[in-house]
Amino acid sequence: MYRAGTPDAVPALRGVDLDVSPGECVALIGGNGSGKSTLAKHLNALLTPTSGAVRVDGIDTRDADRVWDVRQRVGMIFENPDDQLVAAIVEEDVAFGCENLGLPPAEIRARVDAALRLVGLEHLRRRPPHLLSGGQKQRVAIAGVLAMRPRCLVLDEATAMLDPRGQAEVMETALRLCRHEGLALVLITHAMEEAALADRVVVLADGRVALAGPPAEVFSRAEPLARLRIEPPPIARLARLLAASGLPLPPGILTVEQLVEALSPLGAAP
Amino acid sequence: MELLRSFAFGQYVPVESPVHRLDPRTKILAALALVAGTFAIGTFAGLAVLTVFLAAAIAAGRIAPGYVVRGLRPVFWLLAIAVALQVLFGEGGGHPVFRRGPLVVTRENLLLGAFYGYRVVLLVVATTLMMFTTSPVELTDGMERLLRPFRRAGVPAHELALMMTIALRFIPTLLEETEKIMKAQMARGAEFSQGSLVRRARALVPLLVPLFVGAFRRADALALAMEARCYRGGEHRTRMRQLEMRRADYVALAVVAVAIAVALGPPAAWHAP
Repeated sequence: MYRAGTPDAVPALRGVDLDVSPGECVALIGGNGSGKSTLAKHLNALLTPTSGAVRVDGIDTRDADRVWDVRQRVGMIFENPDDQLVAAIVEEDVAFGCENLGLPPAEIRARVDAALRLVGLEHLRRRPPHLLSGGQKQRVAIAGVLAMRPRCLVLDEATAMLDPRGQAEVMETALRLCRHEGLALVLITHAMEEAALADRVVVLADGRVALAGPPAEVFSRAEPLARLRIEPPPIARLARLLAASGLPLPPGILTVEQLVEALSPLGAAP
Repeated sequence: MELLRSFAFGQYVPVESPVHRLDPRTKILAALALVAGTFAIGTFAGLAVLTVFLAAAIAAGRIAPGYVVRGLRPVFWLLAIAVALQVLFGEGGGHPVFRRGPLVVTRENLLLGAFYGYRVVLLVVATTLMMFTTSPVELTDGMERLLRPFRRAGVPAHELALMMTIALRFIPTLLEETEKIMKAQMARGAEFSQGSLVRRARALVPLLVPLFVGAFRRADALALAMEARCYRGGEHRTRMRQLEMRRADYVALAVVAVAIAVALGPPAAWHAP
C-alpha cells in the first residue's frame, strides 16, 4: 500500500494470483513502479500483505512466529552485489545465514563447503569479497542463501549491475540450481533475454498481472506488449521480421540457439 | 590518488610462524599483560628483560625488524614531545647538567625522560607485534570470545564484533567509491591537492556529501539483506569458526607471565630510578 493512511492511498499490488512450484522458473517483468520488487519482498516476509495472503510451503507470511522459517525457505539475491555481503572473507559470508539459524559449527562448515562447490567458488573461499568480480560476488550471495537450504530463490534484478559475463555466470548458476536441485526460481528482471529462459513469464503493470504464460506465448503478443512498453527480446523481433519477409520460421523463437536451429536446415537448401 | 594501493589493512604480515598460529585470544591477552606489565615495571633492567622477550617473540613471529621500526613511526613525534617535556619541565632539584635562562636540565630528568620514552616504545612494539601476527578477522573473533563472559554486565560483545566485521568489509568498498567520486569531481574541474589548507578543506565538501549519502544508502540495503538472511541479533546465533586453545597457547601465556615476573624483579626493587 503506497501512501497508506492518506486519502489517495494506492495499493501497490492488486489481484495478483501466482503459484510457483519446485523446479519451476518464473520471470517477473514490468516497467518501473509496476510492483515487481514489492511482490518480491512479499515472498520472504520483508513485507506482509495488507489483504490477501502469501504462503510459502504452507506457511502464511503474516504468521509472526514463523517469519524466520519463511526467510530460511525463500532466499533473496538483491541488485547491488556490494551491499549484501556482510563478512570480510568469502566463506564467512556464506556462513552468515546458517550462523543466524543457530546451526552447530560442524554442520555450518559442511553446508558452506557444499554451497561453495555448487556455485563453483571453492577456490576463492579465503578471499576478501572486494577483490571479486561482480558476478562472483553475486554467486557468493547465492551460496550464502543455498547454505540455508531454501526451497525458493528470488533474484531481484540480481544481474542489473553486472557486465555481460557476470550476467551469464549468475543466470547459469541460478538456472542450474532450479533445474538440477529442484529450487523454485523467481527472476525479477528488466532483461528480456533472461525472461525468455524462464518456464513462465508474468508481466506486471500498475500492480496487476497484465499478461502471463510461457515466454513464447507472452512475447508473441506484440500489441499488449507495446502498450505496456515492453520490448520482446531482440532475437524474437528478428525472427518475426525474418518470418514476415518470407522465411518459413516457426513462431515462438526467443533465443539465439533456437534461431540457429530453425535457420540451419534452410541454409542447406539453395 | 591511488588510495586503495596505499591503504594496508591493519598491519597484518601474512607469513607462517608459530606466533601466527596461536589463538587470537592468546595474543590479545599477552599484549594486554605486556602493556600492564610495562606500566608496572620501574627499572631499566626490567624494561631490558621485556626488550629481550619482545625481540625473541619478533624473531619467532618471523617479522622483519624493519617492520617493527616502521610501526614506531606514527608515534615518533608524540614520543619526542613527551620526552622533551619531561627533560625540560620535569621536577626541580637534582643535579643540573645544563642550564640556560629558566631552563634547567637535570640528570634525574634526563634519566626519567629516557625511561618513559623506552616504556612507550615497548608498549607500541608489544601491541604492533599482536597486529602483525593476527589478521583483523581473527582479532575480531578473539575479541568477541573474550568479551562474551561480560555480556551479562552489558558489554555488547556480538554487536561490537559485527561492527568491526562490517567495517572491515566496507572500508575497501567506500575507498573505491571515494576514488570514483574524486575522479568524477576532477573531471569537472575540482582540485583536491592544490591551494591553501582552507581551500583544500572546502574542496572536500563535494566529496564527503555524496560519500555519506552513498554510505547511508548502502547501510540501508545491507540491513535489508541481513534481515532477508535471518539476522536477528546475537541471540541464538552460532559461529562456524571455533577458536581452540591448544597446548602452545598455554605455553605462550606461561612464557609471557614468566617474562613479566622476571622483569618486575623482587618487590624490593619496585621503585622509580
